[in-house]
Amino acid sequence: MSLRVVDRPTSPPPSKGPQRNPGFPLDLDWVGRIRMNRSALERRAASIGTRRTVKKEWQLGWLLKAITLMDLTTLNSDDTPGRVERLCAKARHPVRQDILDGLGAGELRIVPAAVCVYHAFVATAVKALEGTGIPVAAVSTGFPHGLAPMATKLREIEESVAAGAQEIDIVIERQMVLNGDWPALYEQIRAFRKACGDAHIKTILGTGELATLTNVAKASLVCMLAGADFIKTSTGKEKVNASLPVSLAMIRMIRWFHEETGIEIGYKPAGGIAAAKTALDYMALMKEELGTHWLTPHLFRFGASSLLTDIERQLEHGLTGHYAADYRMPMV
Amino acid sequence: MNKIADIFQSLDYGPAPESPEPALAWLAGHGNRFGHFINGKWTKPGKTFASDNPATGKTLAEVTDGTAGDVDKAVKAARAAFPKWAALGGYERAKYLYAIARLVQKHARLFAVLESLDNGKPIRESRDIDIPLVARHFYHHAGWAQHLEREFPGMAPYGVCGQIIPWNFPLLMLAWKIAPALAAGNTVVLKPAEFTSLTALLFAEICDKAKLPPGVVNIVTGEGATGAAIVEHADIDKIAFTGSTEVGKLIRRVTAGTGKGLSLELGGKSPYIVFDDADIDSAIEGLVDAIWFNQGQVCCAGSRLLVQESIEGRFIDKLKARMATLRVGDPLDKAVDIGALVAPVQVERVRDLVQKGVAEGGQLYEPDFDLPEGGCFLKPALITKVSPAHTVATEEIFGPVLVAMSFRTPDEAVALANNTRYGLAATLWTENVNLALDIAPRLKAGVVWINGTNHFDAAVGFGGYKESGFGREGGKEGMAAYLKPSWEKTLKVAPSAPARVGTFTEPDSTGIDRTAKMYIGGKQARPDSGYARPVFGPAGDLVGEVGEGNRKDIRNAVEAARGALGWGTTPAHNRAQVLYYLAENLEYRSDEFARRLRAQTGDSPAAAQKEVAASVERLFAFAGWADKYDGAVHNPPARMVAIAMVEPIGVMGIVAPERRPLLGAIALLAPALAMGNSVVLVPGERAPLSLTDFYQVLETSDVPAGVVNIVTGPVAALAKTLAEHDGVDALWVAADAAISAMVEKASAGNLKQTWTTRGLDHDFADRAKFEGDYFLRRATQVKSVWVPYGG
Repeated sequence: MSLRVVDRPTSPPPSKGPQRNPGFPLDLDWVGRIRMNRSALERRAASIGTRRTVKKEWQLGWLLKAITLMDLTTLNSDDTPGRVERLCAKARHPVRQDILDGLGAGELRIVPAAVCVYHAFVATAVKALEGTGIPVAAVSTGFPHGLAPMATKLREIEESVAAGAQEIDIVIERQMVLNGDWPALYEQIRAFRKACGDAHIKTILGTGELATLTNVAKASLVCMLAGADFIKTSTGKEKVNASLPVSLAMIRMIRWFHEETGIEIGYKPAGGIAAAKTALDYMALMKEELGTHWLTPHLFRFGASSLLTDIERQLEHGLTGHYAADYRMPMV
Repeated sequence: MNKIADIFQSLDYGPAPESPEPALAWLAGHGNRFGHFINGKWTKPGKTFASDNPATGKTLAEVTDGTAGDVDKAVKAARAAFPKWAALGGYERAKYLYAIARLVQKHARLFAVLESLDNGKPIRESRDIDIPLVARHFYHHAGWAQHLEREFPGMAPYGVCGQIIPWNFPLLMLAWKIAPALAAGNTVVLKPAEFTSLTALLFAEICDKAKLPPGVVNIVTGEGATGAAIVEHADIDKIAFTGSTEVGKLIRRVTAGTGKGLSLELGGKSPYIVFDDADIDSAIEGLVDAIWFNQGQVCCAGSRLLVQESIEGRFIDKLKARMATLRVGDPLDKAVDIGALVAPVQVERVRDLVQKGVAEGGQLYEPDFDLPEGGCFLKPALITKVSPAHTVATEEIFGPVLVAMSFRTPDEAVALANNTRYGLAATLWTENVNLALDIAPRLKAGVVWINGTNHFDAAVGFGGYKESGFGREGGKEGMAAYLKPSWEKTLKVAPSAPARVGTFTEPDSTGIDRTAKMYIGGKQARPDSGYARPVFGPAGDLVGEVGEGNRKDIRNAVEAARGALGWGTTPAHNRAQVLYYLAENLEYRSDEFARRLRAQTGDSPAAAQKEVAASVERLFAFAGWADKYDGAVHNPPARMVAIAMVEPIGVMGIVAPERRPLLGAIALLAPALAMGNSVVLVPGERAPLSLTDFYQVLETSDVPAGVVNIVTGPVAALAKTLAEHDGVDALWVAADAAISAMVEKASAGNLKQTWTTRGLDHDFADRAKFEGDYFLRRATQVKSVWVPYGG
């Protein structure tokens, strides 16, 4: 397969750091060749947590890493500036210092990869995170349904970027997938990507509403061809959110895309990942299918909020050998 | 940096060991020395051998090497326990099986750890696959025990079953053997493999805890000689063996003529077919479950990769990448994919074969990582550039070694897949349901997995075609393997029929001379020998002459029959039509057939007419069966269906009885034809003319050429040629004990399925016995096709 790059970056990529996805033409032939066998994916997904496990210090090292892979998120209709400020304060100090010191991890930079909020709170979050280097991500384009007018959606992206968001989590229109209207999806994502400018774009597929894993995989590919930096499972508002089988379908498309283009795309499972053990399963899945290299904030994120507290409890347990209580952890 | 900070960077897995202590403590509790478990008691350890941990080489325990005397004691105990156990009633036996299932679950982790210690398989597999399947097997068969009378009317247990199991799934194979045997009311003497006796001994303790009556389950440990003592023991009624094809053939020869029931689950070289429209990543992951499951020491391992040429390059690249992430190491590490092979001798064997593969031009790939020091570890291996002519493409390697070939078309995939002496399992991957359901029936294998592999369940039959053995384990067909019709136990020896001496006078005929020929490939054929043999009537008068068939006539007939295998895929309705037509045409000529019978047998006119009428009725009966004896759909506990397809066996040899020469032949021929087999029929020596006449009926009844072939001549010699012919898949012989024993022994060459009368008097006129599934079951084999689904 040979793919022509759609947009050459205007400036050459920095000598260090990975190359951003330049986008490629929509290749419907490729899309048509995608096969995802649900039973087989489920079988593989079901065994990842039993084939791979990390214990003792390894578990603690992995859990610390998990924190750095987190988009610490609040996406509730009753969010307020106060709530967002509290989230950002937690982002500055995600783990009690005594725990970090006890684990000998006091020198590591353990902060979440980003804080993720609605557009209305971007400015609040940017201010609250000032000096931390933690980027703010904004959900956008009529989140969670994605059905606002196109102009509104583009405007929303631009406003968020203007307000300081460095990452934009857009939602796709599920109807385009269900009806197989790949050119429409492709064009829309390209327009979103353009509106994002230098901000990184994560495309939320709403996988719980795409019916089949083959649809999930096809939508993943179309988004990547259109220039997505990340593909993301869910808004957290669908009835079914991230799952390991869905993740397999998506990361295998990331792998294929990389094989064909050399471009590395990020993956973000979101919604329902609340337990430390679940986070470890996702990390093992990434390590197995894409390699350890993919377990960096640049290429892998959890969309989560309560996960952090569970990880913090496990870290304390690892330190003291006592089971920990959540009320002892500063709340998110 | 400290360790945690290091790990934060490297994201290595680190060790995740399961503790061996509880299992070691259990062994220590027995003084690390075991006797046999006979009649509910432990015997004193005799001469022992060591059972080693293959991951470390350390001895786990000393196990007694069973003597013929030990086996005899165990058989006596089983014999003594049998009548009461069989008479106990299904519900009572069900409760024992249920108790065993519960106890296995209760001690699941101890079993799993002990299994991994003794066998070397990863704890993930023993914990998540082997032991749960063991419990499931006992639960499932508890149900069969209770419903036995309703589901198997008129059937009785064999009696004492001798069971010999392999080392690759020690406890699981024990469960597959013991659960159905006990459910059916048999008692057992089981010998675990010498490398892996320990979980069987723990199981003995479970039987004790379940308060199983003494003698119902006896465990005798030992090596090959102990197994031989079981196979040769005169008071064992059935032998069930899982292991190598080589030993299976030996057992077939030893048990020939003894009347022992026999089921063999043997080796394989199972194809793993990937079509270009498959979910490729999933097909590669499936290979991990196929050939790197249990270190590849799996009889049904998908060990021959057949990948469509158009995707071969990409597939092999991806496969190599996947192999590099497999983890080989301590079997008790929870994050290990490949543990230790069972013993150093196996490691050597696998290495030798791989070297041979490379020497013959294969290209070896092994991932670049280090193996643990010491222990029976091997890297996962892939050999490409392999052709069917290479040793590694045909020999069962029984290790973590995959060989890869490519194919161009679905037909070629089928041809390559079937290009093996084995026929245990096959896997195929395609997202096209039409292709999948076209290919599955064409694969000569007892188990076919579509878009998945190595699925097992107690409700689904497992067993092989061809030299992978016969008999099934699991499901209703597995239960049937431990039961036989009650009437078989009451058969009497048939009166002998001495050869007739005649006068060689010309037959009393005023008509034109009638020359009875053979019938081969839809044509009348002269005998290769150029000789004829006389057929005398009861008074020594010459009734006629038939060809003196020899091995070349059999060769030609089998050739014709193999060419007519398409009969098996002719719609059942059409086969029924042909059989009805045969009945119609035979009835039309019933007077003539009756006269001929009388001339040869001296029967009364009424008896001869009755035999012809019964023959017509029997053809009619099996015409009716042709489209009704069909399969089932099982529901394993997962989102998949398992289709039990009933398939013909292939080419069948039939040696017809002397008594009731027409009906006897039709009684065997009709079910074979109804189920889609093509047949080489050898008439009895005394009255072959009824069957040479019959080819004229065949010719007028739309029977396709080659579907029925008739060779007359010396029965013993022709039967021997049939038994030795590798192109014959099954052989039914109605003859004396000597010929029966001879063909059973000679059948071991390709392990064809045999049914013989062993000189016992079978009354083929008995509709209750022979008009139903007795022969239908023997004319067919069940293929389990697993189809996972999910949109």
